[in-house]
Amino acid sequence: MRLHINGRDLEVADSAGERRLIEFLREELDLTGAKNACDIGACGACTILVDDEPSKICVKRVKDVAGRRVLTIEGMAAADGALHPLQRAFVERGAIQCGFCTPGMILVAHAFLLRHPRPTREEIRKAINGNLCRCTGYQQIIDAIEEASAHYASAQSAAPAEHAGARILSA
Amino acid sequence: MSAPDSTGWRNDARAKVTGAAKFTDDLKFARLLHAAPVYSDFVHARIIRIDTREAAGAPGVHRVLTAGDVPGSNRFGQIIRDYRVFADDKIRFHGDVVAMVVAETRDLAIRASALVKVEAESLPAVLDPEEALRPGAVLVHEEHGSNLVNTHRIRRGSADDGLRRADFVLEEEFRTQSVEHAYMEPEVAVSMPRPDGVIEVHGSMQHPFSTRRFVAACLGVPLSGVEVVGTPMGGGFGGKDDTAAIVCARTALAARILGRPVKMMYRRDWSIRESYKRHPYRVRYKMGVTKDGRITAVRCRILADGGAYCSVTPWVTWRSTVQCCGPYVVENVHCDTLGVYTNNAVAGAMRGFGSPQMNFVVEQMVEIAARAVGISGVEFRRRNMVRQGSVTITGQRLDTHKVAMGEVLDAVIGKAGYEEKLARCSFGRSAGDELYGIGLAMSYRGVSLGAEGTDTCAAIISVQPDGSILLEAGVHENGQGAESAMLLIAARELGVSLGRVRYRRASTSTVPDSGTTVASRGTIMGGGAVTLAARELKQKIAGVVCGRLHCPAQEVRFEDDGVLGPAGGERMRFEEAIRLMFLAQSVPYACGVFRAPPVSWNEETGQGDAYFTWVYGCQAVELTVNKRTGKVRLLGAVAAHDVGRAVNREMVRGQFFGGMAMAAGYALHEEIRSKDGRIANLNLNSYRIPRAMDLPEMTAIIVENPDPLSPSGAKAIGEPTNEILAPAIANAVFNATGKREFALPIRLSAAAEELPEEECRL
Repeated sequence: MRLHINGRDLEVADSAGERRLIEFLREELDLTGAKNACDIGACGACTILVDDEPSKICVKRVKDVAGRRVLTIEGMAAADGALHPLQRAFVERGAIQCGFCTPGMILVAHAFLLRHPRPTREEIRKAINGNLCRCTGYQQIIDAIEEASAHYASAQSAAPAEHAGARILSA
Repeated sequence: MSAPDSTGWRNDARAKVTGAAKFTDDLKFARLLHAAPVYSDFVHARIIRIDTREAAGAPGVHRVLTAGDVPGSNRFGQIIRDYRVFADDKIRFHGDVVAMVVAETRDLAIRASALVKVEAESLPAVLDPEEALRPGAVLVHEEHGSNLVNTHRIRRGSADDGLRRADFVLEEEFRTQSVEHAYMEPEVAVSMPRPDGVIEVHGSMQHPFSTRRFVAACLGVPLSGVEVVGTPMGGGFGGKDDTAAIVCARTALAARILGRPVKMMYRRDWSIRESYKRHPYRVRYKMGVTKDGRITAVRCRILADGGAYCSVTPWVTWRSTVQCCGPYVVENVHCDTLGVYTNNAVAGAMRGFGSPQMNFVVEQMVEIAARAVGISGVEFRRRNMVRQGSVTITGQRLDTHKVAMGEVLDAVIGKAGYEEKLARCSFGRSAGDELYGIGLAMSYRGVSLGAEGTDTCAAIISVQPDGSILLEAGVHENGQGAESAMLLIAARELGVSLGRVRYRRASTSTVPDSGTTVASRGTIMGGGAVTLAARELKQKIAGVVCGRLHCPAQEVRFEDDGVLGPAGGERMRFEEAIRLMFLAQSVPYACGVFRAPPVSWNEETGQGDAYFTWVYGCQAVELTVNKRTGKVRLLGAVAAHDVGRAVNREMVRGQFFGGMAMAAGYALHEEIRSKDGRIANLNLNSYRIPRAMDLPEMTAIIVENPDPLSPSGAKAIGEPTNEILAPAIANAVFNATGKREFALPIRLSAAAEELPEEECRL
């Protein structure tokens, strides 16, 4: 079966289809940004995007993403290493402490902002409600998402038809 | 002196937003084996036999380890050595580990762990701390002679006389619950045997030096034979001090025996089952006040359920004792504190460390007293709070730093619009369904360890021949930004840009043992050591280059990546100064050691200079209570804390918000629920920490009064923010409903707090 991960195509044996997706990404592809913290989809630390939708992959199998477009935190920055504006906002607004929830939090926010580039703070709270953070009280995470939303709003008005994906805004 | 930009900068930020940061479970090792712990279903039992034969023969299993495999000491503990690497004589709580399976994969280890059979004689369990103290109670540790872990006391003036002189005597009983740290990253460790004979340990723990001590003792090797390496850590909050160290010790033992790297990554249910919790408290509190609103006396009894092992119960309860009257001057105090063994989950260090429980009591008692007297809670606080030169209930005069109690109280009252909002509170009556309330609470807090223990920290600055700088301090990066704070302090003191200074990967083998990164001591102690190291380094450099600058060494200044003589004099680049150092065969290297100023304590009277400095904080919160559903909704919160000097403002704000969020969970949602000693809510769907929608917008007011006893001027912020929102919420609930809540968590609705299954699997 074919996987599309962070803009790259990958052919894997059908027998890998039943493996837990989080284990496959972490062990086989060394994409360790997705963290395992609850095993039951309660905390969101393992969140990735599948066709731009957040997915808690500790409860998913490899076959669940066959043929679909997968984005992990490792695919957020530009190829030259330049941070995505959302990542920059997380850095600048002090939205990071231990960093364990950060990859999932950034990806959930990314999916949300692609659809809602001009959100209220209350809408941001709702969007990240399924992702737990024990360090920050979410305040600066919300600050960062709010700040980054300006980039999504301008990108949307500039290139509304372009395919959604991490690199849309990071040129 | 140039001050580097210090808003939000972190040395690990880029790695953490790109997924490049490698936490312990992300590390890859060749020939890695995986381990899983084995629990029994007993809560209290005498072990007869642990049969590992079937598990040892299971597919992929390399070894099953039990207490008999420990070559050194199976017992450890920071205060009483009662904790076991593996249970040996008895099982004392449901989270005791009897064995560990090491296998090719984690799944195989977990599968085989079910095959270990524990034969044991079940004993009656003692689960209530009052019952544990009764004569003839079942003993958790027979050799200890009783279930009493420790006592503390304060005897100041005469509480009886003070209560007799009071116009009002108020007496209430309060209870607080067991709560879980719920760090996002569960316990995890990897140990590997190195060719040089050293066992190298990577793990999620906030005390590399005690981890090394426990690992070395367990293996029976010297401290130099174990190296604990700093690894990014997914949160600790005090919870990765003891249990996390045993997880490291178990993997080290397996690595040593099998000669291969061994990893043990905890599942969330193991973590909640085995790790220590915040102590549940029962407090009886009697306060005497005069009709003009002065506290005449306090008499209290504090009972802390320490669970099955001692951990740091004596230290946690000591802080509760020292701070048992909150930030108020009370001349007559009689306090008895008891820490108790039970067969419940172990209780130990958690952010706040004995103060959130007591503040929940005290900050409601002052409101109760104010109502009895007929003045506002704020006015009552003002009449009794500590001021410059006040003497605390332990006899310590507060005169070595700015006593900012009034300053933080004023800041919060002003920012929150407290007085006018107080007048709008519902007190049980409202036209619609929502009752409105605002409440506040304040505290003072002794910084760092105080008379709990020795308090020293070291830092090393080593300048390389090209002028780049390596820094290392004996504090640990728990996720709070400790490394960044150390770098900012070093760059500021040396007058160099941040880009020049790099934090050296922390290791117990290079920096001197500096104790544990707890007690909000990281910035003040580590920052003190860094400042002293930087000053020593500057002296060395000045001594070499002063001739070139044509001035005495003491007039050499360090600014803007340069070394200068007096104003108008000569200047050289920092690199040039370092080049001259190496030419002169003088090494630009310094080790700074900050020793906490002296403290004192008399265990008999409970009098002494408990802490060398104090911080002051105040928080207010607005909320509504739905009359029909009982649901509490937080509308907004304001906090002011004196931090000494803010080293990194965005990170300081992060400590405010994170501490307040954790306190909101403590107040309204969180509770470890046990039945017959077995925890029922073992994962994050049923143990409910605050989510984004549970929390209000929060405002942080950073108050700065640099402390003369802190070389960097900085004090503390990690724990102060976590210790007063619960009583502020309780006071706001009272002002909304007109009813006082004496137990945590505050539950006004019967509705269960569990997250429905379908909400998880999105």
